[in-house]
Amino acid sequence: MKDRLNLYRLASPATFYPFAGAMIPFFAAVSVVFGLAGLYLGMLVAPTDFQQGEGYRIIFIHVPASWMSMFIYLIMAGWAAIGLAFNTRLSGMMAQALAPTGALMAFISLWTGAFWGKPMWGAWWVWDARLTSELILLFLYIGYMALTAAIDDARRADKAGGLLLLVGVVNVPIIYFSVKWWNTLHQGSSIAMGKSSMATTMLWGMLLMAMCFWMYSIAVAFMRVRTIMLERERHTDWVKALLAGDGK
Amino acid sequence: MIYWHSFADFIAMGGYGTYVWGSFGVTALIMLIEPIVVARNRKTTIARLKRQLRAETRNTAE
Repeated sequence: MKDRLNLYRLASPATFYPFAGAMIPFFAAVSVVFGLAGLYLGMLVAPTDFQQGEGYRIIFIHVPASWMSMFIYLIMAGWAAIGLAFNTRLSGMMAQALAPTGALMAFISLWTGAFWGKPMWGAWWVWDARLTSELILLFLYIGYMALTAAIDDARRADKAGGLLLLVGVVNVPIIYFSVKWWNTLHQGSSIAMGKSSMATTMLWGMLLMAMCFWMYSIAVAFMRVRTIMLERERHTDWVKALLAGDGK
Repeated sequence: MIYWHSFADFIAMGGYGTYVWGSFGVTALIMLIEPIVVARNRKTTIARLKRQLRAETRNTAE
């Protein structure tokens, strides 16, 4: 058992592949459970907001998606740093597997933000520091995907992409602290350690939805990384053995 | 427990229905379609790699 949990062994694609495959149903199921509980609390139980009316309910997806868009980027940058420092095979594959999901989270954040902004501010979009830096995050994701897709050699693609990720990481604290550093139209954070300006059911609804988005992202990234592994390791014995078998 | 008085109330979202359901609808669509696309991509990749592997082993056998 101790041997199976060895992180160095997990870092090898041949070991990570079956591990990820076994974990996908778990993360998917947990995501659905958290999602149903979060939607129940947020959409059916939570009271209205005295300022924003029922329109505030958009935050139950807007905030989790925004968190995930930043968090996934940080994880990708972390993998990029490990990959550039230690030249590990798994890092580039993980970063590539996470990118489309991160981009979609950034898109959901902007889309739901626009649908919240229209009734609340009277505009779908404003060039506010928070919104603009989140848009830049979406462009960083798209730029990373385009760059790595344009380079045929996988290891060189990982290096170039990794560099882009590390340079772009400066944008994440800018997004996060933008509502403090500048006078933004976007409201400040409603959640802080110890003191949250929200009703308990609202807070729980949002945290459950955040867990749902988190587990969803892991499940989809694991699905994607397994395909990337087969593609990149197609000349290795373990992939050949898999393909000769049933390909599971 | 349930905050809403009726189903129509729930759908109307106090006049914010378009915005709330426009947000949730697109998000749900994305989170349904993404795994489907990834799974389909995996199937086609496996099929292609299997074809390549068969072609390679045929060539080395000859």
